[in-house]
Amino acid sequence: MDGTARQRAGTDFPGRARVGARTLRTDRWWLQPLVTVAVLGIFIAYTGVRIFMRDYYWVDEYNYLTPLFSPCLSDSCVPGSAHLGTPLPELPFFIPLPFLIFPILAGFRATCYYYRKAYYRSFWLSPPACAVAEPHKAYSGETRFPLIVQNAHRYFFYAASLLLLINSYDVLLAFFPDTGFGFGLGSLLLLVNVTMLWGYSLSCHSCRHITGGRLKHFSKHPLRYKAWTILSKLNARHMQFAWISLVSVMLTDVYILAVSAGWISDLRIIG
Amino acid sequence: MSYQGHFRIWRGDVAGGEIQDFTVEVNEGEVVLDIIHRLQATQAGDLAVRWNCKAGKCGSCSAEINGRPRLLCMTRMSTFTEDDTITVTPLRTFPVIRDLVTDVSFNYAKAREIPAFAPPKGVAAGDYRMQQIDVERSQEFRKCIECFLCQDVCHVVRDHEDNKDSFAGPRYLMRIAELDMHPLDEMDRKKQAQDEHGLGYCNITKCCTEVCPEHIKITDNALIPMKERVVDRKFDPLVWLGSKIRRRENV
Repeated sequence: MDGTARQRAGTDFPGRARVGARTLRTDRWWLQPLVTVAVLGIFIAYTGVRIFMRDYYWVDEYNYLTPLFSPCLSDSCVPGSAHLGTPLPELPFFIPLPFLIFPILAGFRATCYYYRKAYYRSFWLSPPACAVAEPHKAYSGETRFPLIVQNAHRYFFYAASLLLLINSYDVLLAFFPDTGFGFGLGSLLLLVNVTMLWGYSLSCHSCRHITGGRLKHFSKHPLRYKAWTILSKLNARHMQFAWISLVSVMLTDVYILAVSAGWISDLRIIG
Repeated sequence: MSYQGHFRIWRGDVAGGEIQDFTVEVNEGEVVLDIIHRLQATQAGDLAVRWNCKAGKCGSCSAEINGRPRLLCMTRMSTFTEDDTITVTPLRTFPVIRDLVTDVSFNYAKAREIPAFAPPKGVAAGDYRMQQIDVERSQEFRKCIECFLCQDVCHVVRDHEDNKDSFAGPRYLMRIAELDMHPLDEMDRKKQAQDEHGLGYCNITKCCTEVCPEHIKITDNALIPMKERVVDRKFDPLVWLGSKIRRRENV
């Protein structure tokens, strides 16, 4: 085997055992990155189209506002959907209504420690799976621009948490439409969704660090230590919250779109 | 119950080598290391393999089994079927010496580059006092048996030999995290971790955690917290400002 071929095999550098294969794994190591690409790809394609739609994000009768458009802040928002007011003027058609909030939500997920693992493996193949050689000749990780920006994750966490408070208010409104207390399947979906989003945000590694992880002496900060202990338990489930909340955002949005467009009626449980 | 198992073992040295086929008796309750020893005893007396405790505590028998970094002594034959062919190679990140034995001195060189525990000045070794809750977080990292499977699987050096100069690897970044979290350690290790030991190369793909035979949560409990500590020191202007105003570092 010549030097070029050895280099191509990934790990056969001079001095190492020359095996001549990118990997000797016999399991289906490719399945996980494949599923990740499929699910994340569907989500990216769906939201990419959805944020450019200017209809069907608000159900006036039941106060349902899709989390992808909350808060709606411009004069282009349909009446009733902008419950925080409209500080922004009419937006031209090529600017999505959630142009301010979507980068925050996308940035929070894109810089998330779990999603980084997921897309570095599945989209960038760096590496595609453990002990499977990556195809890149050089690697600098997160040492330089643009990936050094991943270190801004905590700022996306702060901003996304503010949006989550607004999302929580949206859920409250969905249980109190203009006719008084009442809820339907849409309200429950919004509630489940916001619960999963809180789970995702609170289990965030940056949240864990800010709460207590940065401390050197837990014994001097008993409350922060207690909070850190609880968040550490949530943190162990961060991957699950990441996927469940991703799907719940999309399902909630699809449901509200369908009700708002008149394709289906909301299944009312009370009121 | 015994059966004849099919094995493929990499044999060779730095000059070259190849995977050779063997058929070896397998008995109930055995691990891969038992099979390697039987192979030595019956068919390949000069087969080189490093081992010691046979209990998953010395970290000597690290190798790659069907492409996955594992301890030979902790890989049960019962996890395979009788029809499986089991391929065993040396660790593929380090220079090979012979057969299944590699030169892991890279790891010792990296260990030496990390400054030792730095207690407060004027406190003698017998006078260290600390609360259990302050040290228990880093005690997880003390479970490390230095098998170097995490170092082997990490693609930063596995797939890029040129990164070995600037990247300490997960085992030693975990060591830095252990010291940085230690209640009595007074050295600022955050900038060191990033600038000298290559923490920024880690893209948290968690292979180190996946292969750790001691089940240490290397990524979640050491590398990511250390990355966050580096952010505190190097990338977060608010934390930097806060530390200047309050004049406190080691809270």
